[in-house]
Amino acid sequence: MTSRKEIPAGPGVCVGVLFQGTAMRLVPGGLTVLIMLAVTLGSTAAVLGFPGRTTGLNAGDWAALRFTVMQAMISAAISAGIAIPAARALARCRFIGRGMLVALLGVPFILPVIVAVFGLLAIWGRAGPASALLGVFGLPPISIYGLPGVVLAHVFLNLPLATRLLLQGWMSIPAEHFRLTANLGMGSAEVWRTLEWPMLRAVLPGTFLVIFLLCVTSFAVVLTLGGGPRATTVELAIYQALRLDFDPGRAAALALVQVVLCLVAGALALGFARRAEFSPGFDTPPRRWDGRTALARGIDAGVIGFVALFLLLPLSAVILRGLPQLAALPDDLWRTLGTTLIIALPVAALSIAQALALAALLSRMAPGPARVIEAASVLGLAISPFVIGTGLFILLNPFINPFSMAIPVTIAINAVMALPFTLRILLPAFQRADEHYARLGASVGMGGWTLFRLALWPRLRRSAGFAAGLTAAMSVGDLGVITLFAPPDVSTLPLLMYRLMGSYQMDAAAGVALVLLVTALVIFAVLDRGGRLDDHIR
Amino acid sequence: MTITFDKLRIDRGDFSLSADFALPKGGKYALIGPSGGGKSSLLYALAGFIDPTAGRVLWDNADITGFDPGVRPVSMLFQDHNLFPHMTVLQNTGLGIRPNLRLSPAEWDRTRAALARVGLATQAEKRPGVLSGGQRQRCALARVLLRNKPVLCLDEPFAALGPALRAEMLALVDEIVANIGATLLMVTHQPEDARRIADRTILVADGVARPPVETRLLFADPPGALRDYLGQAGLRPFRDMLVSPE
Repeated sequence: MTSRKEIPAGPGVCVGVLFQGTAMRLVPGGLTVLIMLAVTLGSTAAVLGFPGRTTGLNAGDWAALRFTVMQAMISAAISAGIAIPAARALARCRFIGRGMLVALLGVPFILPVIVAVFGLLAIWGRAGPASALLGVFGLPPISIYGLPGVVLAHVFLNLPLATRLLLQGWMSIPAEHFRLTANLGMGSAEVWRTLEWPMLRAVLPGTFLVIFLLCVTSFAVVLTLGGGPRATTVELAIYQALRLDFDPGRAAALALVQVVLCLVAGALALGFARRAEFSPGFDTPPRRWDGRTALARGIDAGVIGFVALFLLLPLSAVILRGLPQLAALPDDLWRTLGTTLIIALPVAALSIAQALALAALLSRMAPGPARVIEAASVLGLAISPFVIGTGLFILLNPFINPFSMAIPVTIAINAVMALPFTLRILLPAFQRADEHYARLGASVGMGGWTLFRLALWPRLRRSAGFAAGLTAAMSVGDLGVITLFAPPDVSTLPLLMYRLMGSYQMDAAAGVALVLLVTALVIFAVLDRGGRLDDHIR
Repeated sequence: MTITFDKLRIDRGDFSLSADFALPKGGKYALIGPSGGGKSSLLYALAGFIDPTAGRVLWDNADITGFDPGVRPVSMLFQDHNLFPHMTVLQNTGLGIRPNLRLSPAEWDRTRAALARVGLATQAEKRPGVLSGGQRQRCALARVLLRNKPVLCLDEPFAALGPALRAEMLALVDEIVANIGATLLMVTHQPEDARRIADRTILVADGVARPPVETRLLFADPPGALRDYLGQAGLRPFRDMLVSPE
């Protein structure tokens, strides 16, 4: 048997098998993958290969690893533990202000971390109302620095995310299932066993993992509330290795330890996850007949009240303490605000462009390799931004004075770090638009850029606006790479706040906190709204 | 053991329905009428899934209007979503004995027997996802058998099945209703289904559920609303039926 056509060999086949599409998709997408890998792995390699004396990992570094795992486990366990009853209460109760509370749960995601820390210090700190209340009973004030403060701040920042993720899980149970449980006479306990626990088995491991990883890689919280030999995380140890000891070899080794930690956690969480097999229901809002006993209502009301106060008190403290200070803002505030936006807006644009290029590539690839590339995008989160930044500095050093490049380097790193989020938001929308409309567009002769502009982009605007808002707000509040590389005369709002708090100018910090909070919220709202202007596109 | 709709009124948006009649025990009633006319809503009010704006639902002269669905004397089969997809056929059926599924060995045996009754003995360990549409509804009927409630409401659970399969399922319903001595209320779009199983038919049209009329007589001399719903083609079989009675 002879085949008439020779099968061509070589790399062309590989591309042909893995990818069906035009060069319009392949080139930008492939370029993005290369940039992504160069920025993450390339710069790590540059740091590892940097010649010079390195002390290797010391006992303090291993203590930092233990502390990292411990605080992340405790933070994730408490966040998820409170989120379960909170999400259940939100899922089965209807009350005035429910929509506002759910919206409030979205705020900590775009809330600058340093502002959150400021608000938490105002409530839970030595001079705050919580300590004053304890004093009434003759108890000593709360000491917030160290493990308790780190965990408190991580729960404050992640409990809302956990609650939202679990609430999505509850919403994924079709209303028809609740109707059936009611018809069969099931009470709260049976509904829990039949519907809610199987759903949680599927959703909890992923939720726990996300929060665990966010707490492992979190930096600003530990920088401000932790520190010292007993409350240092791997990320903070990397920062100190670079800033205090200038030991790039040790920093890179620590960064690899952190990547391994993230990978192990991911593998474990995936091992625990079980898929829930709920059939898709009609999108009627579920009406519930269980949980109407006085006890159940009391518990639900208590949990909702607790969560609302826990979130609202520190935020109100930021506003109340900041308002009087608006009259006396630091002189360089407006210049600082300008620098902040000069970083944040390009970060959002760059990250969206990268995500779109990747999505165009991935939506035409075989599912397996596509998933590998999507997973690789998470490297931007797992690898310490300080190591990435140091690597870029080492690579740039022969050509240009790297400190003059502090802002472009910060933009590049923040864009790569935001990529996992923007890709996660844009990829499903892109795939849906591609599946439904690319063929229709092609049938009327659209191709390449025209196809994107007329057939796909209008259906992506909503997701792109949301992703851009999220990325820009996160970048506005970012207190990461910039702390390491900013020359003294360059400052962003979070950095200014950090410097003020470090020199105990709390009143000035309060004013900056309020400006920072408003900036983050406004930039999110504006970009998110910009994506929604075409309301007729669903 | 009578179901009574006492000056019942249901409002949902711009739709409203009123009903004021009693249904004696053990009867088999079809509900027929145009889509969106409120046939399902009447069953939902009886089963406790929607609250009436006025009036009462009585069971054996006791007011059950505000009761939770689970404590009403009603088993209900919906068009779909009658089974939990993550549970086996056996577990789904066993819920009919006790919804927490803590069953004794003897009760599990009863569950298997009920499955055998509906012809699913060999499917007990499978998940609903691999069953055919007809098999899924058979499983739900086995659960009805075990729940043993005095009222069975069918909200078109067989609408997606072909004519032969639908006839088969109605025969099974007939058998189960006779077995547990239940009153049957069945929403249908098919006049021949009403004729096959229901001795009386409730016409639901123009915002009113009318008191039940003997099915044969109703179709022999259809009121205007039913005539509009059936159209000329729909009426012909019943004319033929009267001309040449079986």
